[in-house]
Amino acid sequence: MQTIKDALQEIRRYPSAIAGLFIVFLLVVVSIYAVITIPYQEAITLWRGGEGTWRNLPRTVPPAWINYFRSQKLPETIALDSRKGAAERQEEPLGQGKSVTLLYTFDYQADDFPREINIFFETSFQERSPFASITWYTPDGREIPITDLALRTGSSSFRFNQDDKLLRRIRRQIGDVPVEVGLFVAPDPPENPRPLKGTYQVKIQATAFDPQTQIDAELVVYGKVYGIAGTDHLRRDLKIALLWGAPVALSFGLLAAAGTTITTMIIAAIGVWFSGLVDNLIQRITEVVMMLPLLPILIMVGTFYSRSIWVILGVTILLSIFGSGIKTYRAVFMQVRESPYVEAAQAYGASDWRIIFRYLVPRIVPMLIPNLVTLIPTYVFLEASLAVLGLGDPQLPTWGKVIQDAVANGAPYKALYYWVLEPAALLMVTGLGFAMLGFSLDRIFNPRLREM
Amino acid sequence: MSEQALAIPRKRVRSTSFLQSTFARILRYTLVRGVTLFITVIIGVYLTVLIANMGGYVDQIRKGEIRENIAIQVMNDPALRNLDPDAKRQLIEEKVRLEEKRLGLDRPFLVRSFRFLENALTLRLGFAQLMTSNSGSRQVRLILLERLPATLLLFGTENLFLFFLSLFIALILSRQYGSFWDRLFVVLSPTSSAPGWFYGLFLILIFAGWLRILPFGDLVDAPPPQTPLLYALSVAKHMILPIMALTISAIFLSVYSWRTFFLIYSSEDYVELAKAKGLSGRAIERRYILRPTLPTIVTNFMLTVIGLWTGAPIFETVFNWPGLGRALYQAVGLFDVPVIVGSTVIFAYLLAITVFLLDIIYAILDPRVRVSA
Repeated sequence: MQTIKDALQEIRRYPSAIAGLFIVFLLVVVSIYAVITIPYQEAITLWRGGEGTWRNLPRTVPPAWINYFRSQKLPETIALDSRKGAAERQEEPLGQGKSVTLLYTFDYQADDFPREINIFFETSFQERSPFASITWYTPDGREIPITDLALRTGSSSFRFNQDDKLLRRIRRQIGDVPVEVGLFVAPDPPENPRPLKGTYQVKIQATAFDPQTQIDAELVVYGKVYGIAGTDHLRRDLKIALLWGAPVALSFGLLAAAGTTITTMIIAAIGVWFSGLVDNLIQRITEVVMMLPLLPILIMVGTFYSRSIWVILGVTILLSIFGSGIKTYRAVFMQVRESPYVEAAQAYGASDWRIIFRYLVPRIVPMLIPNLVTLIPTYVFLEASLAVLGLGDPQLPTWGKVIQDAVANGAPYKALYYWVLEPAALLMVTGLGFAMLGFSLDRIFNPRLREM
Repeated sequence: MSEQALAIPRKRVRSTSFLQSTFARILRYTLVRGVTLFITVIIGVYLTVLIANMGGYVDQIRKGEIRENIAIQVMNDPALRNLDPDAKRQLIEEKVRLEEKRLGLDRPFLVRSFRFLENALTLRLGFAQLMTSNSGSRQVRLILLERLPATLLLFGTENLFLFFLSLFIALILSRQYGSFWDRLFVVLSPTSSAPGWFYGLFLILIFAGWLRILPFGDLVDAPPPQTPLLYALSVAKHMILPIMALTISAIFLSVYSWRTFFLIYSSEDYVELAKAKGLSGRAIERRYILRPTLPTIVTNFMLTVIGLWTGAPIFETVFNWPGLGRALYQAVGLFDVPVIVGSTVIFAYLLAITVFLLDIIYAILDPRVRVSA
């Protein structure tokens, strides 16, 4: 105990140890924050939720803070929902039915065009489908008819860039550009088209055929940035995966490292103390296990049985227990076994187990702690590696799975750097934090290295 | 220990009998290690078979293989050409049943598992379900052996490169202990906690995605160059990024640990004595520092090699390198069970061969190594 206290005192003298401790502390705080704000079950449902959960988010866009580093600001998403009173609503009786007008007004000040534009309708009616026509008003007073459509009961949507008629009209009137560019571009565009800044209006004029008809609509002008982490190909907010990746990585790394080092140490102590047959057996098992290819076996387990992170964790621990660590610990225990105080313990009649746990094991704790801390990143990266191979936990969002999604969807080739760099940076910081701490602890606990 | 250890420094004593005894010692050691390693491989492969067979997957491999063989036999038999399809199918079913019985697939698992083991050890790995080799064969052995050269090329080059480079740097650093470069390597050593594929991602982003001066991955340009020289150059160009990634991920830690090691050894009394005798720094390094530390260096090297081998599946996938690891990755994606089991077996062999080769080197370097040790 005293050694550990001294060590903590000494940590202050190592800047890298302080930096490492700080990173670890931050990670723990982030993990606690993640688990409290987004409970386990909610994280899973959010991450695995389909288009419905995420329909208002743009697809594969970088985080919003990149605007601070750009002179040309990218647009943020504008979502206007008539149910939340974001539209001016006018209803007038018209024959047997009524006429409903929804007018959306928004201010557009970004230097780039939006990513796409959708309108989501929520309709209920008695007999005949209501009929709606959508019109677009630009700040300079032009009026562009968008479409006329019959509204289905329940939810329906109109996606601007999937409408062929609209695209042809834009092409005829404005030029060969995508719909979202055509609707925002300034007239008589110079060489490179710019969006016209100012107040835009969208009018949905609907004719209903019975007075009970309910029409609501949400206009979404998708931006090119989102939130603090950006989004992926399924419109999901990467923030959830990045936040939840921290507790997953920490618990996996910590459990695996602690599980393997402590068991390895105890087995080595047992082998050295009982020697003979037990020791021989342990040594032979170690030799066999060292020859087993860990990653291919984990891949087999992941493919054939279960991809659950806890099963993989168990197999990892099981296969790493008899690793190269046993030989190192064994060499130290051999020396400890010969010390006089062990002999004294034997003389007063201490049992084998008492000697192992009270006399042998505590002596090696100073060596164990740095090892344990240094091993954590190895397992954090192992989890990420498996996820990159497509063998990540099927439910939980993890950093490795984000990287896998990014690589599988060609992020490096499509210049979607944020998608790879964010989880990679978090992995790197975690790895560095634990490694720096572990290396300094190693120097503190093993004074022979200190001078070096 | 005593006689030979004393004999080494005095060159004149090295007679033929000494050489012979050294040779005999290494031979005996090699033999014993070879046998032990082979037993280890057998146990390892048997464990693989057990893991794979929990879901009856190995049985499927065997049955698929039998069916494939018999179907080909019946289809190609001129005597049976005029048989109508139904009768042919019946004949195949009948033959499959007999063959399964002959091979003992109806016997208990314990008996069968040893037959699987024998097949796996002799690399009779069955037929792939979906994957084919470039030559069009569905034999797992051919698929995997075809991929082996690419893996060996990449990891062999990398290992040798890393070994000599870090040894070289470590020697220089141990001479200038405390200098800026020395401290830089110490500070950077924690970066080695990230695996090679991780740095690979960054390097691809920088050199292929952003600067566009090196290829994203793969073994050669498409289409491959015609002349051997251009082909080799193209392969070399594609190897730059993978080798850089593996080197970055391993070099700082390995330089750090060896430099520390050299420093510990250079404070030994006999090194002080050599300095007092006025020997040159180079001679001291070669004879008094490198020589006694070589066995440990080889051990470290072995651990690095093993670490690199196990990382191959992801690394090769990130770089699209057509090697063994990528075959394993593809097999996982396609759920091609025979290929997954086959690659695990081949990886076990590769590990064993690596360890075996390094053991022999170890025995040559360290005269104290005995069979009993």
